[in-house]
Amino acid sequence: MTIGRRVFLVGCSVALSLMAMEPSHAQDKIDVVASFSILGDFVRNVGGDRVAVTTLVGPNGDAHVYTPSPADAKKVAAAKLLVVNGLGFEGWLPRLVKSSGGSASIVTATQGIAAHQRDAHDDPHAWQSVANAEIYVANIRDALAKVDPAGAATYRANADAYLAKLAALDNEAKAAMASIPERHRRVISTHDAFGYFAAAYGVEFIAPQGVSTDSEPSAKDIAVIITQLRISKTPAVFLENIADPRLMRRIAAESGAKIGGTLYSDSLTPENGDAPTYIDMVRHNIRALTSALAG
Amino acid sequence: MIYDALIAPFVEFEFMRRALAGVLALALGGAPVGVFLMLRRMSLVGDAMAHAILPGAAIGFLFSGLNLFAMTFGGLIAGFSVALLAGLVSRVTIIKEDASLAAFYLVSLAAGVTIVSMRGTNIDLLHVLFGNILALDDQTLLVIAFNATITLLVMAVIYRPLVIECVDPVFLRTVSRAGAPAHLAFLALVVVNLVNGFHALGTLLAVGLMVLPAGIARFWSRDITGMMMVSVGSAMVSGYLGLVLSFQTKVPSGPAIILVAAALYVFSVLFGNVSGVVRQLFPGRHLEA
Repeated sequence: MTIGRRVFLVGCSVALSLMAMEPSHAQDKIDVVASFSILGDFVRNVGGDRVAVTTLVGPNGDAHVYTPSPADAKKVAAAKLLVVNGLGFEGWLPRLVKSSGGSASIVTATQGIAAHQRDAHDDPHAWQSVANAEIYVANIRDALAKVDPAGAATYRANADAYLAKLAALDNEAKAAMASIPERHRRVISTHDAFGYFAAAYGVEFIAPQGVSTDSEPSAKDIAVIITQLRISKTPAVFLENIADPRLMRRIAAESGAKIGGTLYSDSLTPENGDAPTYIDMVRHNIRALTSALAG
Repeated sequence: MIYDALIAPFVEFEFMRRALAGVLALALGGAPVGVFLMLRRMSLVGDAMAHAILPGAAIGFLFSGLNLFAMTFGGLIAGFSVALLAGLVSRVTIIKEDASLAAFYLVSLAAGVTIVSMRGTNIDLLHVLFGNILALDDQTLLVIAFNATITLLVMAVIYRPLVIECVDPVFLRTVSRAGAPAHLAFLALVVVNLVNGFHALGTLLAVGLMVLPAGIARFWSRDITGMMMVSVGSAMVSGYLGLVLSFQTKVPSGPAIILVAAALYVFSVLFGNVSGVVRQLFPGRHLEA
């Protein structure tokens, strides 16, 4: 290592620790950082008033290709608890944790979930099955209780209330999907983030892109999808909030499939959108699916 | 067999026909501009300009969302500003044109990235803004065709001064005052065609269908007319074969088109009629009377 580089590294770490020393604005609350908006919503529900939640990848952002900013390093360094999805979802996060030099304990929310495989990788989108979301919530509850033992009872009460809502949501989703004839339960979506949803609720998702939003589809991929749609007479094609909508319109126009609203997969929407919370997101997705497939 | 490989994709799928129409229009406008870029030793200028367009497109997006015309317009404004400012600075100060352009395009690129990240989400702006060649809707296709048409018309008007300025700028200055306006119009054409390339190929490759075909053409013809013909032809062939390649293999379409053009370029470097490597190593016998 050259001297120049060493000086540079020292400079960087000094800068980062200076950032870390700034007092946090929420003095009496536990600072929790969640890697993306859906986790943030879980933490908010479990933590209630006792925690101040910040999410690194905000509403409508794409966590697959996110590039952290110095402000993010600062948030991570100041946090007591860092909640991540794991299963390779936040590839950028390990570096950020190392470079921020914070002392946060890290909880992997997918702990205990049997990961699906996709192209020899773990499919990280486990939250798309509500049953898995219940495991997320349990993990977050336990982690919060460990970081802040004084609030353990509150966290348990909050989590129990929220888990009850999730259980009801799960039943609702199953009932809604069961009402669609089985041969109609097939859709195309730009992003195969719905592996867990498909397995839990019996809907087949066909996607034109790989598991990551990084890769660009080739002409062959598009042709395969269109042919598939034409032959199988798949009734609906879905846009996603984070991939090229023009490509989807093209596919719909050429295959005669119906464009059924937006399905939210990796991120919630801002407060005024269709899916500001996890429960809203799942409800929205179910409604979009049932109305597109019923006809 | 050959029908299946080369023609069936276009018969069967409308998105392939649209992509083909888009890439042909792109070739028609961009390749001749590329020839002049090359003859004026400005090939890298094209690349720099491609980056300079980013903030304009980003601002257009900020003001009116996914509006094709706002973004195209913004890109044009940003491109022109950088071209004009760079030219101005190099004319009135000691800085040379290349350094001046490099400075301005870097400023422009940094401003573009800042504007994109200020919007709050980290969506790959250009991916969403400009999609790719497989997703050309009516609007985008019309914009590309319109820009190509404008390019050819303007090219016809400024052709004479442009050619003379390439070969003998001093002579042009003594006989006419058309040099400066022609140069500006030419820079405008460069920007227009880069914005065009954005829609189909994205930032990094937008300049590819301008520069590579011009390079190819240089190896097959000695006069400008011939070069323009060869460049348009090779750009069209690259576009067509690139789409076929992307259809038959799993290569994304934009890179596939540029890779085909690059293969043609390598072939031309080796076997080109004019100063190709093989030609120089084994010059044919001189014709004797």
